[in-house]
Amino acid sequence: MTMPHTIDVCAVLRSAVNQNYGNLLTRDTGMAVRHQIERELMANREGGITSLDFSSIGLMDYSCADEVVAKLLVLLQNDDLTRGGYVIFRGIGEDHLELVESVLKHHGLALVCLCEDGNPRLIGRVSEAERRAWDMVRVRGTACPADLADEFGFGEDFVAGVLDELSRRRLLRRGTSGFVALDATEQVQ
Amino acid sequence: MNVITVPSSLDDQSFEQVLEQLAPLPADARILIDARNTTWASPYGLTALLTLAQTRAEKPQFMPPVKDDTSSYWSRANFFRYAEDLFEIVGSVPFQRPERDSRTLLEITPVSRSDDVHTVVERIQAKAAHILTENLHLESRAVMGFAMALSEACQNIVEHAGRGGWVAVQNYNYRKRMGRHVVQIAVCDAGVGIRQSLESGNRRPLTDRWDDGVALESAVIQGTSRFPDHGRGQGFKGIRGYLRKWKGKLAVRSGTARVADVPPWDDDVVRRDHLAPMPGTQLFIMIPEEVDR
Repeated sequence: MTMPHTIDVCAVLRSAVNQNYGNLLTRDTGMAVRHQIERELMANREGGITSLDFSSIGLMDYSCADEVVAKLLVLLQNDDLTRGGYVIFRGIGEDHLELVESVLKHHGLALVCLCEDGNPRLIGRVSEAERRAWDMVRVRGTACPADLADEFGFGEDFVAGVLDELSRRRLLRRGTSGFVALDATEQVQ
Repeated sequence: MNVITVPSSLDDQSFEQVLEQLAPLPADARILIDARNTTWASPYGLTALLTLAQTRAEKPQFMPPVKDDTSSYWSRANFFRYAEDLFEIVGSVPFQRPERDSRTLLEITPVSRSDDVHTVVERIQAKAAHILTENLHLESRAVMGFAMALSEACQNIVEHAGRGGWVAVQNYNYRKRMGRHVVQIAVCDAGVGIRQSLESGNRRPLTDRWDDGVALESAVIQGTSRFPDHGRGQGFKGIRGYLRKWKGKLAVRSGTARVADVPPWDDDVVRRDHLAPMPGTQLFIMIPEEVDR
C-alpha cells in the first residue's frame, strides 16, 4: 500500500513552462501542463486514484481550463477502463468553479471535486439519475445495483446502466464487490 | 502629402473618422497623421493609432498633440515609446517621466506570444483587484473574470492575428456618457482579421452571405473558431458572459464591420457594416462602476 498520488498543478505549471507563473493562462501553457500531467498519470495506471491539486493556482482562463481540465478528462474517458487511472480534483476555489463548470458543460463532461469541507462533489454535466446514483454510492462507499434499486425506484437494470455510465465517465470506480466512490484519501493499490 | 486629422477626442467611435479619411488612399500613399489638436484619447484610440501605422506600406508622419498635459499623458501611456519606431515624428515628444499614472492599469504593451499574455495579466493583477473593488465597487469575484477577459482578449492576437498587437488598460471617469468610473481594455492588432482567420481554417459557412460582418458574428456571437476542436471559440463566450454579469460592453471591429454587446447604459448599435476598412481585429471592453449596490 502506498500513499495517495497527488499532483501539485502549480508545480507542474512552473516546471512545464520553466517560469515562475502561478496562473493558468493561455492555450499553449495549458497544453504544456496537460502533457506533463498525462506523463505523471501514466505512472499511476491500473485503477489508481490521483489527486490533482489546484490550491496554489491563482487565476485561470477558459482556454487554459479547456486544455488542462476538459482535454484531460476526454483523454481519460476514451482510455481503456481496465487500465486507466482515476482523477479527483481538489483546491478548485469558488472563484474558479464557475469557469470550470462552464468548460465542463460545453464538453458534456463532469468531474469529482474535493471541497474545502473534505466532501467530494460532482460538478459539470450529469443527468439527474447519474447525480442521484453517484450520491447514493458516495454515502455508502461501495454499492451494487441491487443495493440501490429499491431506493431508486427504477429497477436494477436501470440502476446498473446508470452506474456503468458513471464508471465509464470515471466518476465511480468498478470494484470487486460493486461500484466504489472516488475518495482522495483512499490508498492507491 | 495627405493629411489625416485626428479628432480632438479620440476613442473607439471617433477613430472611425480617421479611417474614413484614410479609406480613399492606397496603402503606400504618404500620409501625415495630425494629432496636434487632440486633447483626449482612450486606450483604444492610442493602440489603434499604433495599429494603423503598422498597416501602412510607407512610414507615416505623425504630429503629436500640442497640449503639454495631453502629450505628456500619451508619453506616460508608452505611446511614443512605440510610435517612434512606427511613425516619423514631426516635432518633439515629451520626456517620459518615470512615475506611473494612477489611472493607468497597464500602459500600452506589445503582445505577440503566450508569454506576453502571462506578463500582462501578472503585471496588473494586484492593481486591477484594487481598482475593480475600490473604484468600480465590484465584488471581489469580479477580479478573476477580469483577468480571464484580459487574457482571452490578448490570446486572440497570439492565436489568430498572425502578427503582434497591442494592449492597454485604463481606469478613468467616463463623465461624457455615464458620470461613472470605468475600466477600459483595448486590444488591437493589424493581423489577418476575423474573416480571413476563419477562412484559413475552412470555417466559412456554406452560404452566399459571407463578409466581415457575418464572420464577426460567427466568431464573437456563435463562438466559431478557425480550429475545429470542440473546445475552441469559447474565449469570446467567456468574455461576453463576464461582461453581461457586470453590465460591461464589448465591441469587436474587424475589416469593414463591427459588432457589439450593448449594455443597457449605452445606445451603441449591435452591428455596423460597410465601415472604412481596417486590417486586423480591434477589441474594446468597458466595465462600469457599480452604482446599484
